[in-house]
Amino acid sequence: MTQSTPQTSTVARQGMLDHLVYVLRGNPVTLIAFVMFALILVAAVFGPSLVPYDPLASDSDHVLEAPSLQHWFGTDNLGRDVFSRVVVATRLDLTISVAAVALSFVIGSVLGAIAGYWGGVLDAMLNRILDTIMAFPLFVLAMGIVAALGNTIENIIYATAIINIPFYARLVRAEVNIRRDAGFVRAAKLSGNSDIRILATHIFPNTLPPMMVQVSLNLGWAILNAAGLSFIGLGVRPPTPEWGILVAEGANYIVSGEWWLALFPGLWLMIAVFTFNLLGDGLRDIVDPRKRT
Amino acid sequence: MLTIKDLAVSFQARRGQVDAVKGITFDLGKGETLGIVGESGSGKSVTSYALMRILDAGGKIKAGDVTYSGVDLRNATESEMKDIRGSEISMIFQNPRAALNPIRKVGHQIEDVLRRHAKATNQNARQKAIEALKAVKIRDPEQRYEAYPFELSGGMCQRIVIAIALACDPRLLIADEPTTGLDITTQKSVMDLVSDLIRDRGMSAILITHDLGLAAQYCDRIIVMKDGKIVEAGDPLSLFHNPQHPYTRKLVDATPREGETIRSLLPEDMRVPLLPHKIEDEPLLQVINLTKTYQGKTGPVHAVKGISFDVKKGQSVGLVGESGCGKSTTSEMLVRLLDPTKGEILFNGESISDIPAQKFGKSALRRDIQMVFQDATDSLNPRHTARQTIADPLQRLGGLSGVALGARIEELATLVGLPHSLLDRFPHQLSGGQKARVGIARAVALEPKFLILDEPTAALDVSIQAIVLNLLADLRAKLGISYLFVSHDLHVVRLLCDHVIVMRGGQIVEQGPADDVMTNPKDPYTKELLSAAPKPPLRRVVTQP
Repeated sequence: MTQSTPQTSTVARQGMLDHLVYVLRGNPVTLIAFVMFALILVAAVFGPSLVPYDPLASDSDHVLEAPSLQHWFGTDNLGRDVFSRVVVATRLDLTISVAAVALSFVIGSVLGAIAGYWGGVLDAMLNRILDTIMAFPLFVLAMGIVAALGNTIENIIYATAIINIPFYARLVRAEVNIRRDAGFVRAAKLSGNSDIRILATHIFPNTLPPMMVQVSLNLGWAILNAAGLSFIGLGVRPPTPEWGILVAEGANYIVSGEWWLALFPGLWLMIAVFTFNLLGDGLRDIVDPRKRT
Repeated sequence: MLTIKDLAVSFQARRGQVDAVKGITFDLGKGETLGIVGESGSGKSVTSYALMRILDAGGKIKAGDVTYSGVDLRNATESEMKDIRGSEISMIFQNPRAALNPIRKVGHQIEDVLRRHAKATNQNARQKAIEALKAVKIRDPEQRYEAYPFELSGGMCQRIVIAIALACDPRLLIADEPTTGLDITTQKSVMDLVSDLIRDRGMSAILITHDLGLAAQYCDRIIVMKDGKIVEAGDPLSLFHNPQHPYTRKLVDATPREGETIRSLLPEDMRVPLLPHKIEDEPLLQVINLTKTYQGKTGPVHAVKGISFDVKKGQSVGLVGESGCGKSTTSEMLVRLLDPTKGEILFNGESISDIPAQKFGKSALRRDIQMVFQDATDSLNPRHTARQTIADPLQRLGGLSGVALGARIEELATLVGLPHSLLDRFPHQLSGGQKARVGIARAVALEPKFLILDEPTAALDVSIQAIVLNLLADLRAKLGISYLFVSHDLHVVRLLCDHVIVMRGGQIVEQGPADDVMTNPKDPYTKELLSAAPKPPLRRVVTQP
């Protein structure tokens, strides 16, 4: 095995790359989504060093200027450059949503896998708990959690994670449940695998394709949720640039005609969410070995 | 009546066009029953879909003519086709449960087709549907009219599908593998019913099947297809007695029937002498009064009602019965995936039924008792390559790793005849026979003493079945494994097994040496099973003049 490992893994890597190219070529929408996702990532990683102005520096000579060549998205009431603020905010929003989704993915998967595999009382209990969480209006629940735990970025992440757990847990539970008695699971038992190993190495990887769609949709949704919380004044506090705050601040100026303050952060937010929603199908096709030939 | 000329069908696939049917020509006369025989991928089903114009997305008729009673089916409009389907040409599909709407009463499903073709009005639809049910010999048709598909057995569902197909008195019936997945006695009753109906109504029929024996019994003429082409056509007897094409010869050879040995299933050039396997007197496995009772909604369900038998060291025992007879439950208990309600299983004199199934994975005996599963596709993890699949028991129970593991995997691949280049493929990139080999390699990886084979060839084409059966016979001789071969097909069991156990309703109705049971069955049920199996004409050596 060790002897053939290097060779095998290069073959596998080659196959994966070919497959990626195939999926992207077959579906232009996925290609667009991947390009936009790459742009968002660049903005998140290199944003602060790329932008033309300091997002926090105010400039009293250029207050509330309309979009121009100097200030692409205009400036706000303190003369700060809206474009710089929008781009710099990408990192914070992306961090919140990725962390929240990762948390809910892990916790939801573990809970769902246990409930789906062993069933019985455990399953019934978990389902009732999830039903209880889902019975609340989720945004109101998130507001409550942040208000109770305190107004910090970590707590936004926890709140967003908690309200998302039921979706992952239910999906994993269903996917595990249908494979619990599959032939390859029985064969794995005969091969001496323990239940936990069967769950982790045999069943769970097979649930990934639908999970990828869920993760991608959820990322977009988590961004909206975080922005929403900031919009109503929970979580991230000014002057930190964050899409929700930018829209909230800009909203005050729409009536007086300074439309760019709310429009551009809102548009950027919309594009980010849109990208994640488009990404789902492509991700599923990539992680599903059956789509490879 | 039906003329197909140079029909070619192609599918748009990931890597360009795939030609499924490559120019075939045949005629079907009035009142004639034509068999189209071929293995999976031969294009036999696609041919029938093409003439009904129900090809999957991406499929299209590339060339050729299809003429039915003067109507050009290839260029007919969709609305013309809708009138023809069901009322002129009908079709019976492979999986009756999938062909029926699961949430609609079967009577209503028959009425639907009657109304569609204006053969019934709202007033008399119910009565006509009941007549259609009567025609397919369903008992209590008034009550069955109200049944949902899930309340009926597989054979009953297939009768309903036949009733729907024949409700509008079509003149041509296409049956696409109508009995695959049905028990052998049900297969016989369904096929007898279909052939009676065809004769009574003077219909023409096309029977599409992979089973040359079945086609020989029910068809007037047989077409053998391979890779989208017709390789041979003729009447059943001459096809069996004097096959012209090498492929037909291979198929004829691979069809199990009386008086053959396991080696004669293979093409002549592969028939090396069979190594004998040694049977010792000592019992390896003793089953004593084994019982399994499930708690059902309407009271206890007795799946296995106290069965006892022995398997000697090196012996191959066949466990035969139809679906629901308890043979799968028995094998699950023996392989220790399921705990028996009562009774004992002794392995080498040691009781293994005391160890709960949950804990058996840690027992030292785990590596001695293994199983080859029925469905090779379902039993391989879709995300594991063949190498990973075979490595699993070696790593977990064998404690192998690194170079030794790699060497052992390649040794096993050679043993089961799997090319090493296929080891890094995923299950969906392997053919049915290759998947079966991977499953067998995994099961024999730890050289178990006792191997349960749960219908390992049920999903395979006959020529691959022949190869797999021979592989199993060779492995038995080389490794000295005892087999419990679970199957519904007595002919296959006879080829591989020394001893046969026949089960029905959770009980053993007959057991004895394979040849005795096969030639001189005592229990009426065994007789019924034997007579239900299709009887292909015996091979006759035709000397060249």
